Order: sequence, then structure tokens, then C-alpha cells
Amino acid sequence: MAQSESAQAPQLLPPRRSRGRRSSLFSWRARDQAVFALAWITGIGLCLVVAAIVLLFATKGFDYLRPDLLFSRPSAAVNQAQSGGFLDPIEGTVMLGILGLAIAAPLGVITAVWVVEYGRPRWLSRIVESAVEVIAGTPDVVLAIFGLALFELGIFAPLSFSSPGGAFGRSFLTSGIIVSAVAIPSVYTATRNGLIATPRQLREASYALGKTRIATIRRVVLPAVRRDIATGATLGLGRIIGDTAIVILLLGATLRTQTESGTPLLGLLRGTGSTLTSYIYNNSPSGEGNAPNKAYAAAAFLLLLILLLNWGVGRIGRIGGPPIHEERRLGA
Amino acid sequence: MTDRASAARNWVAPEAPAWQNEPLPIEKLDLEAQLMAIAPERTNARPRRATAAATAVERLRLEDVSVFYGNTPAVKNVSLSIRQGEVLALIGPSGCGKTTLLRTLNRLTELTPNASHSGRVLLDDEDTHDIVDTELRRRVSMVFQQPNPFPMSIFDNVGFALREQSRKRPRRRELEPLVDHALQRAGLHDEVRADLNRSALRLSGGQQQRLCIARAIAQEPEILLMDEPCSALDPRSTAVIEDLILQLREDLAIVIVTHNLQQAHRIADRVAFMYLGDLVEVGETEQVFSDPREEQTREYIAGVFG
Repeated sequence: MAQSESAQAPQLLPPRRSRGRRSSLFSWRARDQAVFALAWITGIGLCLVVAAIVLLFATKGFDYLRPDLLFSRPSAAVNQAQSGGFLDPIEGTVMLGILGLAIAAPLGVITAVWVVEYGRPRWLSRIVESAVEVIAGTPDVVLAIFGLALFELGIFAPLSFSSPGGAFGRSFLTSGIIVSAVAIPSVYTATRNGLIATPRQLREASYALGKTRIATIRRVVLPAVRRDIATGATLGLGRIIGDTAIVILLLGATLRTQTESGTPLLGLLRGTGSTLTSYIYNNSPSGEGNAPNKAYAAAAFLLLLILLLNWGVGRIGRIGGPPIHEERRLGA
Repeated sequence: MTDRASAARNWVAPEAPAWQNEPLPIEKLDLEAQLMAIAPERTNARPRRATAAATAVERLRLEDVSVFYGNTPAVKNVSLSIRQGEVLALIGPSGCGKTTLLRTLNRLTELTPNASHSGRVLLDDEDTHDIVDTELRRRVSMVFQQPNPFPMSIFDNVGFALREQSRKRPRRRELEPLVDHALQRAGLHDEVRADLNRSALRLSGGQQQRLCIARAIAQEPEILLMDEPCSALDPRSTAVIEDLILQLREDLAIVIVTHNLQQAHRIADRVAFMYLGDLVEVGETEQVFSDPREEQTREYIAGVFG
């Protein structure tokens, strides 16, 4: 019916979008005007800060950043022409990122699922919630020194290697475990918010088909929040990549990746190394290397990595249309 | 829109033959014979109430059911029987306990932390509280007011109920005929068969609701509960779904909550009117609409309140 009508009726075009008369900015109250101005100033100010950072590294960093730096190993030479690039720190960053996320993602997701979907007894879930907040608020250097104290205990020797008086405590494994604590809050918060925003109807639909609670979580609820999980994990990865204190205290921040004798992969995981952040620190004027040019180059590269990650987070948010809890019925 | 649906609402399609231009005289018992003579293929358009009740078998019986949310009663001492082969419509103003009553039938009210209840709900003379909840809900399935497809493909939505009922997960190939059959019964198969791997969220609202029906009937439930399944849909989708309900009625007992009195009149064999948690009146659709026993029912149907 509707089709035949539209075929006969003349083509209806939308009118040009126009706005009616609106209240003038100058007629507002002084306080409203002030807040309005502040909103503009802070917004633009933030953009300026970011622009300044990017611009600094675009000029200063990329002057020194050459492709060969990315593919050559660093070496301890006073002559900067011979001190090599930062392949090892890049490897370290990638490894620590994978390791930290491999621990943080499941823990964060499982914790969020427990708090939102079960959360009984109440007092326990409240404790869990504030524990995550405490971890999120703890400075990473405190986490690092805690990790050092913990992993120097003799029983943790398999994670690094034995040294007189206990374990060495510094390795990819130990730093990976502690650095995961930096990423857990991001994963947890994103997942929890996604779970809370997932409509109760979706769960009920599954229960109404005779599914158990755990099957509902696994097959319906988790798929519904997979984008939130991905976003949280990517943000957490950014935190891991950007972390410095834990790397310096717990990874050893050695110039090159040092494997600990043993089986190939395990030896690498039990060994020490460095990441881009510790490389920047050590090459900065405050560090022992004192090669600011290298530091700027590595910093520019790290910034590029973080910008890429942020872009990735934005992309993840859009995969497969809007998330289920924002606009569920596309066709309706 | 199919012929059956249009006839069912006494609505005249442009190409309808002359005999259809009069509203169907529902009380005439020889109508079926007339229809058979004029248009044998349209026999489904006969008034449904004439034959359905005769073959109806009681499946679900409510005995003195009360449901409370905290200290507030939502359903008070309702006794009712629900029969296979007929559609029972629950009508009444908002907040009268229709949905609560519906959710009690497959124990979904148990998910509300402060809900408590008394009385018994018997499925084939077995107390539903003695049936494991997942098994009960497989036998007494439900379709909700808002279409709520899962965020997965069309195939997986329909296969969802069938999967994971046993320890061994069935293969896709084993599920395919069942999924196809469910989609066909829900009248959705022709529209989606080109790509069953498409996300269910990309379907239109009416298609999504039919998908939810396909999902609910895929595991061959004995009773289908529908909570205002058309209230979020446009008239065309509503017509398709009403048509579907009339077909499904043959194999299932259907309980439908609706705010739409015309809809109840069109599709229900029996109507139960609820008001403030009480079951005021229950009876054959024609009787309730044309000659209600209770004054409250009369006023509600006349639009005095609601």
C-alpha cells in the first residue's frame, strides 16, 4: 500500500535545514557565560598541549629517528655513532605488552563478570571493587618495589634465577606479572561498564530459553561486551607500554635483552631486558647513557606507537556497528 | 500480508472477493462450510474459536497463585487453566500483573530478588517447582516485548537454544535442518536464507521479533509465552506475527499478554482480564468482549479506564 502511494505522490524532498531564532550569548547570566568560556578554553587548551607534544617530537625526535635505529641492537659506546639503535627495547616492549596483557585481560574480565553477574556476598564485591581502585591509584613505582620484595623470595626463583640469598627477582616474567596490575583496572572498568550497560532483557531471553547462568554469561553476555573488553585491553596495553618504574626495577633495564640459560623461550622469559621507556630514561640526561638524541628518537617512536594504539581503540569501538547497549535495534 | 491474516482481522484487501467485504459473521456456525465452498484454501480464515476449544487439552494449571514484590502483591490468588491448541490472551491496564503472571509460568520471576510467591503452577499435573528450571524453560519458552536477538548471527541465534543442551556440542550440519525448520515456522526463512551468517542485529524490528519467535520455538516447547510481542512493531510486522501465532496455535499452547484489545479479539480463543492483581474474568473471547460478566471488564473494554 505504502509503495503504491509513494509511487504516485510527487517526490518529497527534505527542506533545507534551518534554525529558528535563538537566545543570544550576551543575554545569558554572567556565570553561565563564564562556564561557557571556560569550556572552550580548556578544550582548546588540551588540544594545544597535545599538539605541542606531538610537534616537539615531530621536529626534535624525527630528526634523529632513522629506520636503521629500529633494526639495530644497542651497544654501550660513548661514541653515539656506534651505540646502535633500539631493537632490543622494542622487543622488550612487545614482549612485556603481550605478557602483561595475557595476565591482565583474563583477570580483569573474570573479576568484572564476578562483580557484576554474581557479586555475592555484597561486602566481598565491594572489597573487590575498592581493591581494583586501590591498584589503579597506586603509583607504579610502589607496585614495582612490592614486586621486587616479593619475587626476591627464594620460592619465586623459577621466575627469574637464583642468586645468593634468594631469587634475583628481575625478569620478563616477574615484571610481566606486576605490570599486569597496571592494566587490570582498565580492562576491569571497561568490562564492568559494558556488563552493567547490557540490557537485562538479553540475559532473560537466554534464561527463558532454558540456559543456565554460566552458559548465558559465556555465550550471550561476554559476546555482547567483547568490544568493551577489546577497548579496555587496548587502553591497558597503552598503560603497560608506557610504564617505566616497573621496567627499571623489575626488568633490570639492561641495555640488551639478556636470556637466562635454559630452554629457549623460558630462558628469554626468565631473562632481563629493557623497553622503550627504560631506554628513554637511561639515554636521557638523567640516565647513565646520556645520549639525548637517542632518547628523543625512541620517545618519538613510542609516542607514535601510543597514537596508533589510541587510533586502534577508536576503531575497535566501531567494528560491526554500534555496540549493543547503545543502539540495539538498527532496523527498527 | 497473507490472505489469512487479512481475513482474520475482518479487513478488506483491495483485491478481496466480494464475500469478504462483509465483516465475518463469527457467530454463524455454517460459516466454515461457506468458506469451504467459496475458497477451500482459505479455511484457516474461519473464526478460530469455533473449533479450537473443542480439541483443547489442559496443559498448564494455576492454582491459587499469588506473587509479591517485597510486601506488594502483584498477582492475587489467580487460578486458571491453559490449554493446548488455543490462544489465551491476558488483558488489563498497565501494572495489573499480566506480565508478572506470565513470568511466573516459567519461573522467570525467580530472577527478581525480592519476588516471592504462593500457590502452585502445574505443567501436565507436575508442579513446576519440582522441574529443573532450565528444563522447565525449554518446555515453556518465552518471547519478550522488545525484540532481543543475541549479538550473534541469525543461525547462531536460532541454534542457541539447541546447542549446549547436551555435553557434546552439536555440529552446525546437524543443526541446519532444525534451524531452517524453525525459521520457516516463524515465517522468516525466505527473507534471511540468503545469508544466515549475517548479524541478527542488522534485521528490522519485525524480523528481529520473528527471529526471537523462531529462537523460542526451535527447541519445540510445549507452551509459548508472549509478552506484548507486537507492541514495539509496526502494523505490517504485527499482522505477520499474528498470522504466525494462529499457525503455531495448532502445536502449542500460547499465552499472550497484550494491551491491544483489537489484537486480543483477533487472535485469542480465550481472554483473561486482570485488574490490580486480580483475575477478574476469564472466558471465551466472544463472550468476554460482547457480554462480559463483570462490570469492571465491561468498563475496561468500553474504554472507561485503562
